Amino acid sequence: MTEKIISSKGIYNEFPRKGRNNPAPAATHYCPGCGHGILHKLIGEALADLGLQDKTVTISPVGCAVFAYYYFDTGNIQVAHGRAPAVATGVSRATDKIVIAYQGDGDLASIGLNETLQAANRGEKIAVFFVNNTVYGMTGGQMAPTTLIGEKTVTCPDGRDPLTQGYPLHLCELIASLQAPVFVERVALSDSKNIRNARRAVRKALEVQRDGKGYTFVEVLSPCPTNLGQSAVANNDFINEQMIREYPLGNFRDRTEEAEPVVRPDSDFTRESLDTLFELDSIPPSIPHDDAADTETQVKIAGFGGQGVLSLGIMLTEAAQAASKQVSWYPSYGPEQRGGTSNCSVIISKQAIGSPVVYNPDLLVAMNRPSFERFKNDVKPGGIIMYDAQIGDVELPPGVKGVAVPAQDLAEQAGSSRAANTIMFGVMLELGITRLPEAAFARALEANFAKKPKLIPLNLKILEFARQWVKNNVR
Amino acid sequence: MATKLIKGNTAVVIGALYAGSDCFFGYPITPASEILHEASRFYPPLGRKFLQAESEEASINMCYGAAAAGHRVFTASSGPGISLMQEGVSYLAGAELPTVIVDIMRAGPGLGNIGPEQSDYNQVVKGGGHGNYKNIVLAPNSVQEMCDYTMLAFELAFKWRTPVYVLADGVLGQMIEPFTFPEKAIAPVIDKTWAVNGNAETRQNLVTSIFLDFAQLEEFNNRLQVKYADIERTETRCEQQNTDDADIILVAYGISSRIAKTAMDNARRQGLKVGLFRPQTLFPFPKKQINALADKNVTFIAVEMSNGQLADDLRLAISCRRPVELVNRLGGNLVTLDQVMNKIKAVAGK
Ligand SMILES: Cc1ncc(C[n+]2csc(CCOP(=O)(O)OP(=O)(O)O)c2C)c(N)n1
Ligand code: SF4
Repeated sequence: MTEKIISSKGIYNEFPRKGRNNPAPAATHYCPGCGHGILHKLIGEALADLGLQDKTVTISPVGCAVFAYYYFDTGNIQVAHGRAPAVATGVSRATDKIVIAYQGDGDLASIGLNETLQAANRGEKIAVFFVNNTVYGMTGGQMAPTTLIGEKTVTCPDGRDPLTQGYPLHLCELIASLQAPVFVERVALSDSKNIRNARRAVRKALEVQRDGKGYTFVEVLSPCPTNLGQSAVANNDFINEQMIREYPLGNFRDRTEEAEPVVRPDSDFTRESLDTLFELDSIPPSIPHDDAADTETQVKIAGFGGQGVLSLGIMLTEAAQAASKQVSWYPSYGPEQRGGTSNCSVIISKQAIGSPVVYNPDLLVAMNRPSFERFKNDVKPGGIIMYDAQIGDVELPPGVKGVAVPAQDLAEQAGSSRAANTIMFGVMLELGITRLPEAAFARALEANFAKKPKLIPLNLKILEFARQWVKNNVR
Repeated sequence: MATKLIKGNTAVVIGALYAGSDCFFGYPITPASEILHEASRFYPPLGRKFLQAESEEASINMCYGAAAAGHRVFTASSGPGISLMQEGVSYLAGAELPTVIVDIMRAGPGLGNIGPEQSDYNQVVKGGGHGNYKNIVLAPNSVQEMCDYTMLAFELAFKWRTPVYVLADGVLGQMIEPFTFPEKAIAPVIDKTWAVNGNAETRQNLVTSIFLDFAQLEEFNNRLQVKYADIERTETRCEQQNTDDADIILVAYGISSRIAKTAMDNARRQGLKVGLFRPQTLFPFPKKQINALADKNVTFIAVEMSNGQLADDLRLAISCRRPVELVNRLGGNLVTLDQVMNKIKAVAGK
């Protein structure tokens, strides 16, 4: 099972990676007459001639070329079946160096077809060399996506029947249907003229990589005498007479002249840039506040989506944070969000907070009736329910105080029909339920509207409006 | 000390950036998608590399590529996506590559739903893919730890050359808490002894997981086990509260440990001697520490959002020397305070 490849540029002289007791350290593991060895030689030669070996990472697939790293004198990575284009993408994005994905037809066109097309479509800066030998070599000659109609393999012993096994997949044609690829060509290793052409195409693909221009794809019709059960000569005839009829040789795309180099920026690791990105210089100092009480305040806020339930919770959280309290905010999400209602839990404490989910609130803010009904019985004895007066008459649980706030009406009177939640926020402040300082509420509004600063004065006005309402209406 | 209100999922990305991560590859899935969103927002302005992959298989293999090149790469996903990544994680372990994987667990099996669960415990803590490997698994329980453990995950991944998970859940991802930004920003250096970075110094390097020779593969496997034993000896982390005099010890990680803490505080107020044991590393499991507690006459209660996956590990860790009770919820529901209190009272005979 071993064939010598005449010592070649870009390929190691001896192959110690073959193992400890390797009797033939300069022979490859490929079968006599196999195309892999020839293609290795062409790639190695081009890498050496172009001076790319120090800049190149070669990816060995799963298939007979799984041990390509025995041979290529470049950096080497061996990868999972079909995943070479994804791994190549990772290497290329991380390093911006030259990356080769070397793959067989099972690997590239079957299990890895998605990765193949997606990497091509993104125009990754990678050189894909695709060995099409119409069978799965390594696993013993099973049918491949590229097996010809009527061709016999161990899994289509009567020949590939398109009615049950479909038709040969034309990879160059598929890849050339995409916009991004720079260079797409099909070549063959079946005679010296074809090999000369293959050498030229391989070199061109690697020049595109050297120049950083993008994605190249070279399909190589290649002999597998072992699994086709043919002599090397017969296998070359098979390629020339049958394969080429199905898979015409030639160029499918050549944008090597027009394509511009794809430039990737360097990564910035400085702390200054990170701190700027997260605007750490604009964090206001915390608001002085002494609150001797050591109690925890648990708040549940619930209503329809669109009533500002979640952002009211965040404003309250901001206020607590501004006053240097421990605080947590947790939204209902997923299964609880059905039917367009949402709720959130806010806990304000001096101590580390346990569960961020509020089960028994000290304060329930119910913006609609379903929320009122759902949570009213959870409120702690002595707790408060603030609800929108639009709900109408309600029955309060014993020991719980109710405050009917005409939040929607007040918001409209104060100048914004969408600010019912700010009204509730102002009522909370004036009632002193959270024991947070006044300045913290203003700070929270500013933070909440930081992206729409025009709304800040209006909302501060609405906050004040709500406080006045409490002074005039709540005893 | 810069403190801001930050969401758990955002804290992960902040941690990764300050830890010197320069590559993120990911695929959308609720409730982990915000990590993808935040990475797309914060990586490119720093010239760092963000790419939305075509699938989780692609994401983890892109990670494999960037990690093989010696870069600090991470991905994030949830149940179904983590299942798809398992092949890649096995290859990462086999090739001894450092990658950080963040799992914001959701409810399964199958498509399940997007509510929080802790049911990826087994597939993450036990290895998950083929072969005799393990992952280091860190279990945060606050927004701060979402960041801090992501930073730690990078440190451990490179120290041990192994995949490291940050195992969290939908609640931790969604919640907002005050958060203090990291003190240090790391500018990573490529380790030229093993990385394949496309330069002269690393040209002779090879990343692979193949050992054709059975004896060699056994040798390699044994070496992995020695590595895992070293990790167990040196990297185990846990937090204990009120365990000294406890008759009942709640054992919980992640969001369940926050609920357990509230239950413990309640129980203590009622005069019940309840403690809390929180593994912060799930592999390595804090065996030594839990065994010291099992030497006393205690009952353990595992509080988890999975079908006893944690309880089983607990029994294994203490060789079934003490009773291990289970309080759990499945299907996207959080364990409730009442549930835990009722179990505590039942065990206490009250
Ligand atoms: C996930 C997975 N499935 C199956 C295999 C088994 N396998 C090894 S090589 C191979 C076929 C490779 O054929 P091809 O890509 O045509 O390359 P060739 O051997 O012909 O060069 C398969 C199916 C594997 N290693 N991994
Ligand atoms: S089985 Fe076929 S492809 Fe594989 S080495 Fe032998 S000839 Fe080459």
